[in-house]
Amino acid sequence: MAITAKIDVEEKDILESLRGFFRDILNVEEIKAVLVPQHLPMKNMVMPTLVTDLNQLDGVDPLAPAFPMNAAKIVSRLTRKPMGGKIAAALRPCEIRAFFELVKLKQGSTDELVLIGIDCLGAYQNNDYSRFVEQNGDQSTIKFYQNILSGKNGEIDGLNLAPACKACEYPVASNADILIGLYGIEVDSQILIQSQTNVGEDLLAQLNLSEINEPGIRQDTVADVIEKRVAYRDEMFGSTREVTDSLEKMTAYLASCVNCYNCRVACPVCYCKECVFVTDVFNHDPSRYLRWANRKGIIKMPTDTVFYHITRLAHMSTACVGCGQCSNACPNDIPVMELFRTVSQRTQEAFEYEAGRSLEEDPPLSVFREEEFPEVVGIN
Amino acid sequence: MEEFEPTIVAFVCNWCTYTAADLAGTSRLTYPKNVRLIRVMCTGMVDPQYVIKAFLEGADGVLISGCHPGDCHYINGNFKARRRIKLLKEILPQFGFDQERLRLTWIGASDGIQFAEIMQELVTQIKALGPSQAKLKMVI
Repeated sequence: MAITAKIDVEEKDILESLRGFFRDILNVEEIKAVLVPQHLPMKNMVMPTLVTDLNQLDGVDPLAPAFPMNAAKIVSRLTRKPMGGKIAAALRPCEIRAFFELVKLKQGSTDELVLIGIDCLGAYQNNDYSRFVEQNGDQSTIKFYQNILSGKNGEIDGLNLAPACKACEYPVASNADILIGLYGIEVDSQILIQSQTNVGEDLLAQLNLSEINEPGIRQDTVADVIEKRVAYRDEMFGSTREVTDSLEKMTAYLASCVNCYNCRVACPVCYCKECVFVTDVFNHDPSRYLRWANRKGIIKMPTDTVFYHITRLAHMSTACVGCGQCSNACPNDIPVMELFRTVSQRTQEAFEYEAGRSLEEDPPLSVFREEEFPEVVGIN
Repeated sequence: MEEFEPTIVAFVCNWCTYTAADLAGTSRLTYPKNVRLIRVMCTGMVDPQYVIKAFLEGADGVLISGCHPGDCHYINGNFKARRRIKLLKEILPQFGFDQERLRLTWIGASDGIQFAEIMQELVTQIKALGPSQAKLKMVI
């Protein structure tokens, strides 16, 4: 039986209640550490922290609109070999989905892991968050979650949610072991805690939480959020297709790309230790550039920009979870998330695959069936 | 005006389609010179980036051709190739490359006649599509 319970919120302070919840979890004997987003003591920036000491959870803040990196990469780093104990990781839904992709690609394991998924309220771009947080981390977070949970769009002081978050149709981590629910909950007095797997249930059973029924309004509230996000997403797909549907438009779209490959570094599912684009394969002989230039009289330097982006799409688009870290990392503000998500939507649909949905579904390019896709074979 | 002569890059597997091309040659069959054969050991080793590179360099068509299902020298390389072609046929059209420019066929080692016929038909079809967008425009 799944457990649906609550934790109480005192003096409307959700953050303090969440900190208490994570302390309770760390107190459970089998849990050796928790991985949680936390304000760093030296600066207000929120980063994933691995905590083993109950007294080091005072800065925990999973609701801050800060998303400096996709922590799936961190969890993969922590679980690629046995760690010597179980950890609980508090992640955004897109981080869990990216981690699922990594597990399927043999880059991590769920064996010694409890995934805690928090209803995602979205985040600002990195630069915007630094401006937003200023001196007081907690106060800024409270201002943010009150805005979102009252049904507004997160626009505060001229700052807006990152486009990836506006277009995200997964605000709820439906594949986490334990769910922390905020949408459709009276968060002034309580937060919803739900187990979604046996692992989650085992852990919650040790916490002695008071059980409740899920408020009926929650499903409707979540459905509302998703509906708005899907509308934004579909509009984004349409407008992105319009400006990239030929090679000429694509080259204009990517014209300010300097081949820094930051989008690949920031991508949680681009897991190759050495990308072919940084190997000697692309360290061309100098005379070759001259030959290329001679063909049309001009080449743009550095070369292989469109080649890189389309090849990367061939490699990762079936695993793209739409977290938007690529756009966060682009030094020249190219809307790469919009492009990658638009392409991914179609490739994932073609294989009836949804990145991060389930650990049971094989990545499309890792399997085949003998009878399939007859339409791609033949010349008639 | 001069008739448009397309450039078609064909990745053919060593065991079936290349052998068929060889048979076509030794049987003195002719096929259009637009097709540039690249022999690979198996269609399963054709990385999507080879296809993408060919298109960006101005190929008007790309053909991947290997053994019939069940005949792959490496058991299942052609099945893997089929998935990759499916993937590319979803990606490339989004950037304006007609999906008909990318083709996958199975041509067995003894199909010399079919090889010549299919090359002829392919060239006719690609001619009808006209030159690829990458041929004249600057690609970054």
